[in-house]
Amino acid sequence: MNTRLFKLAGVAVVAASLALTGCGSRTEPAASGSAGGATKVAKIGVIAPLSGDLSALGLGIRNSVDLAIRQANESGAIPGWKLELAAEDDEAKPDTGKNAATKLASDDAVVGVVGTLNSSVAQSVIPVLDSAKIVQVSPANTNPTLTKGADFLTAPKRPNANYFRTCTTDAVQGPFAAQYLLGEGVKKVATIHDKKSYGQGLVSEFSKAFTAGGGTIVAAETINPDDKNFSAVISKVQGGAPEAVYYGGEYPQAGPLSKQMKAAGLKVPVMGGDGIFSGEFIKLGGTDGDLATSVGAPVDTLESAKPFLEGYKAAGFAEGYEAYGAYSYDAANAIINALKVSLKDAADAKSAREATITAMASVSFDGATGKVAFDEFGDSVSRVLTVYAVTNGAWAAKKTGELK
Amino acid sequence: MLDLFFQQLINGLSLGALYALIAVGYTVVYGIVQLINFAHGEIFMVGAFGAFATWMLLGQPTDWGVSASLLILLPLMLLGGIVVSVTVALLTERFAYRPLRNAPRLAPLITAIGVSVFLQEFVRLFYGRIPGFPDAKSAIPFPSVAGISGEIVRIGSVTIQMPALFTIVALAISTLFLWFFVNRSKTGRAMVATSQDPDTARLMGINVDKVIVAAFAVGAGLAAIAGVAHGLNYGNIDFRMGFLAGLKAFTAAVLGGIGNINGAVVGGLVLGVVEAMATTFIPGQFGSSAWKDVWAFALLILVLVFRPQGLLGAKVVDRA
Repeated sequence: MNTRLFKLAGVAVVAASLALTGCGSRTEPAASGSAGGATKVAKIGVIAPLSGDLSALGLGIRNSVDLAIRQANESGAIPGWKLELAAEDDEAKPDTGKNAATKLASDDAVVGVVGTLNSSVAQSVIPVLDSAKIVQVSPANTNPTLTKGADFLTAPKRPNANYFRTCTTDAVQGPFAAQYLLGEGVKKVATIHDKKSYGQGLVSEFSKAFTAGGGTIVAAETINPDDKNFSAVISKVQGGAPEAVYYGGEYPQAGPLSKQMKAAGLKVPVMGGDGIFSGEFIKLGGTDGDLATSVGAPVDTLESAKPFLEGYKAAGFAEGYEAYGAYSYDAANAIINALKVSLKDAADAKSAREATITAMASVSFDGATGKVAFDEFGDSVSRVLTVYAVTNGAWAAKKTGELK
Repeated sequence: MLDLFFQQLINGLSLGALYALIAVGYTVVYGIVQLINFAHGEIFMVGAFGAFATWMLLGQPTDWGVSASLLILLPLMLLGGIVVSVTVALLTERFAYRPLRNAPRLAPLITAIGVSVFLQEFVRLFYGRIPGFPDAKSAIPFPSVAGISGEIVRIGSVTIQMPALFTIVALAISTLFLWFFVNRSKTGRAMVATSQDPDTARLMGINVDKVIVAAFAVGAGLAAIAGVAHGLNYGNIDFRMGFLAGLKAFTAAVLGGIGNINGAVVGGLVLGVVEAMATTFIPGQFGSSAWKDVWAFALLILVLVFRPQGLLGAKVVDRA
């Protein structure tokens, strides 16, 4: 029996070493490519969920960055340099994201990273990239603490100089949703969040603004991201007779939650942040009347977004650009704009990393979502938001405005 | 308040019925081979995907009437799910566990975790490769069955959703079937004999291999029914759904007394009801839904402290 164990162990070792060499060889061609040839190679990384529940959003991010890189290469945006995409899957998990960041940081050709989707993943990714002096631009992180530290309201302090974002934060989204609901005459709301930093942040900012505006929070509940059955929570919330349910979290739970709410007889709208603003939300159970806030103005009505939309269509990606496509496109272009400055006189990609971060602060251009520029914390200067409602089984813009 | 109590009782029972259907699989396999089959959650997941595949093969019917759906579509989906689940379970038994039958206890346990990861990744990567099938990398909407999906029954102010009722009825029928199988059929009695004393059972002419196969098959069949119930209740299925459900069901099996089939049913129902009740009826800060799992596991610890054999476990736990 011992020999059998040894045999098994042997098989495991061989399998593991095969897997390892498999991983190693994947990065090989890129490294040799940057060594030879007239044009030097710089890579822009993507860290986003490319598989799992949130892959619809993640693939939209990857494709949009891919598009920006292709366009920059075609137009020869950075003379003497060729840009490449290095996309890594974070599975929406902080530890996987950290591994992805470490892998990108160890690749000398990587000069910037677009990502992550989840604020909770960003928390573990930013320090890794910061220590490697790689600029990171997120199209989707909305947790205020990432740019302004734990005391973002009273004593904002920027924790990581390498981190920027093109989207607005929960400090803006939550209050915007609250103002919208109050404006619609809704006075009693129940809140539910999924205990992740994104959901928790949204709900706490929403609750503050909603009660300050004269509304009442009739119940504050939570769910587990892995839960499928929300009936107990729904029954409890139902007792307070809310006129709407504000959900802090993402569509894999929000869709089923909306469906189960309506099945249980709680026929009020679910409202959430940009995390539920996805076609998947409706597929998984979101129904007419459900609401979502998303950063910026609706991409398909924006004059500035037309080149992006046409380019995306022409590139023939299999997946849609989803909620963060235009922001990812702008994020990638922000990096490319900074690279124009930092790569100009750089001998190799690695030595340009720090200069890219410095150049980022003064980037300013008209992107797909409007003006792209960053304040002293790395936050986007744009504070435009839109409320969307599910209408006839699809998201439709209801109200666009700027938060005062 | 009383209405809320009954509402949460129904919520808890339907959740618990789902746990119980899965828990039986843990318990029958444990009772016979002392293996905690951590891949059982994935058998449940595979069953749901099997039922979905059956629906795809039927041409994705969406407009069938109530009677056609209940008498033809639902039984076919259940059957499809059961066939897939049982096949996968028997394959894992044959190729992953049987070679390790006489190995130290830890080896099959780790293998079970490996099988679980394998099945998850297999469905994630290959389900979408079947021509015409949707990609399983994220959740897939489960087909609705007329007469069950979205229908509700009202008793007073208590709302019972038909899928929840379906789960509870499925558990009741399955439990009856199990009772007859274990107590009246030859294979069932052979199972009991094997779980009590495998060596003597073998001396009495019982084919132990056959009994083990039967145990895996029975567990997988019930898990497939749970998979369909899950799809009908929550409207979508995904490749990770077996993990947490399996963990909870395993907890239910331990709570009820692992190795004891009735214990698994009772344990599942108790766990579901405690989760639902803890959400509503524990006052103050520790009563919100955030704490429901804490209370469920606190109960498990209490039961194990005072009754290490579980709620319905045998007095003497000889091999656990």
